[in-house]
Amino acid sequence: MRKILIALAASVSIASSAQAQTPNTLLNVSYDIARELYAAINVEFAKQWKAKTGQDVTINQSHNGSTRQARAILEGLEADVVTFNQVPDVQVLHDKGKLIPADWQKRLPNNSSPYYSLPAFLVRAGNPKNIKDWDDLVKPGVQVIFPNPKTSGNAKYTYLAAYAFAKSKYDSAEKADEFVKKLFGNVPVFDTGGRAATTTFVERQTGDVLITFEAETNGIRDIAGADKYQVIVPSQSLLAEFPVAVIDKFADKHGTQALAKAYLEFLYTPDGQTILAKQYNRVNDKTVAEKFKDKFPAVKLVTIEKEFGGWDKVNAEHLNPGAKLDQLFGGANR
Amino acid sequence: MRRRVIPGFGLALGTTVLYLGAIVLLPLCALLLKASGIGLTQLGEILSSPRTLAAIKLTVSMAFAATIFNAIYGLLLAWVLARYSFPGKRILDALVDVPFALPTAVAGLALTALFAKNGWFGAPLDKIGITVAYTPLGIALAMAFTSIPFVVRTVQPVIEDLGSEVEEAGRSLGASDVQILWKIIFPAIFPAFLAGCSLSFARSLGEFGAVIFIAGNQPMKTEIVALLTFIRLEEYNYEAAAAIAAVMLVMAFIMLVITNAVQVWHLRYVGRGEV
Repeated sequence: MRKILIALAASVSIASSAQAQTPNTLLNVSYDIARELYAAINVEFAKQWKAKTGQDVTINQSHNGSTRQARAILEGLEADVVTFNQVPDVQVLHDKGKLIPADWQKRLPNNSSPYYSLPAFLVRAGNPKNIKDWDDLVKPGVQVIFPNPKTSGNAKYTYLAAYAFAKSKYDSAEKADEFVKKLFGNVPVFDTGGRAATTTFVERQTGDVLITFEAETNGIRDIAGADKYQVIVPSQSLLAEFPVAVIDKFADKHGTQALAKAYLEFLYTPDGQTILAKQYNRVNDKTVAEKFKDKFPAVKLVTIEKEFGGWDKVNAEHLNPGAKLDQLFGGANR
Repeated sequence: MRRRVIPGFGLALGTTVLYLGAIVLLPLCALLLKASGIGLTQLGEILSSPRTLAAIKLTVSMAFAATIFNAIYGLLLAWVLARYSFPGKRILDALVDVPFALPTAVAGLALTALFAKNGWFGAPLDKIGITVAYTPLGIALAMAFTSIPFVVRTVQPVIEDLGSEVEEAGRSLGASDVQILWKIIFPAIFPAFLAGCSLSFARSLGEFGAVIFIAGNQPMKTEIVALLTFIRLEEYNYEAAAAIAAVMLVMAFIMLVITNAVQVWHLRYVGRGEV
């Protein structure tokens, strides 16, 4: 039965690609809070692509929790490229779907991650609860807002950053567990994605501090005004990679390989990096980073590799069902 | 032999069964099949874990609270719509169906905006110490909102059918208002009322879109079963998700069987059924 279905699907796709003209549409499936970022990227990329090839391109965007997006792709959403906020969500496209090769991280510079960010804090004007660092978040009476770490890649970084902070400060795994438990205890609402958490904090006026990517905290402050919100970068945080990949299987099927590749490579060009940095993402391009350095306060960054021994280990010890996150989050593992 | 509007009993029944089988039963079977892939011990573990139990307890108790609210308020609404005429009645009548027509996510967002601490209703409520958004109360509220039409729409036609003659007859024989309500009206509408309530309860159990915005979604505290299912999917843990979903399915089935039984009983009671 399965074979018949695949054969059917294949014949349909051959038929449709034979009819298609030069493919000029891409679907970029991305994480929740990158809407504005890729809207800006797409405009500039389309302009340059037109200048180079004379072809008009349309880039469609799809945004949601990173993991949910990965699952949607596994279940048939035909993304040409993905731009996610954590490596495992791209990796799963190889592990479970065989949609991309195993060495996808080697195909572009910096482990296929054109920019990086870190969990930072957004507090209300004047910082009434005097929040400066992670340990201020576990004080009684402080309400912390971040999304559900089980459904949001963003919040997984928050969890790991808090854990790493507590571990380096108290030098004990038990104390770190205790710390993170207290932190979860101070969260009144767990939204399913980063943007929903922002809505809870900004629109519903719930909570004293929002933890999300530095890029998002600055974005909100700029939109709402510095008289309403203030960005706090803690003393230590976790480097969050934003991996990108061409989804070979679908790009091949759509005939968009070249366009998709060019799109992702654009993110590494000085123009791409400038747009990224303008929207408060930290970039690796030296000249661009230098130009925007005032936007990014110095912070001690730990990495998944050095602090936790890589994603496989982090998944096994922390994020998999029944692992540490489940034990600390809600106290019950299943 | 009576003439039937739809010709060919065999053809009509066949089409119906085929449709129900393909659209309703097949996906449900797939779900059960997925859940059956994990073995009984693991199934037991998933379902008896504190977190699953807490979610089930919360969902069932809030669905129950929502149903109680709908039972009282829905009955009142149905009564007013069936028995009185007043300007704007048609609009009110149409408004009852809005929760059915509205995407539940929109309902959830709107309710959250209203009942958050800075919302129109949330702010005054907060002053007297009642928090609605991000608490179990909010969950019950969202459930009540999305399921109230069930009660109104099942009870309303029965009240309309009842006619006011029976009431007048009772009154002329010297019955008091309470006696009329309790001995004449209530027995007549009770089966429909019960059916409406169980439908409302079943819908509340399964509500996701509206609840998710107003619930705090905290594990063990404000996490509903549907969200837990969703979280298991996010973990690529399809079997566990299917297992939890299967529990909901069984509960929904039980509610529907009760509804059906009550309706059959009702038909017999009013002597119109062919049963």
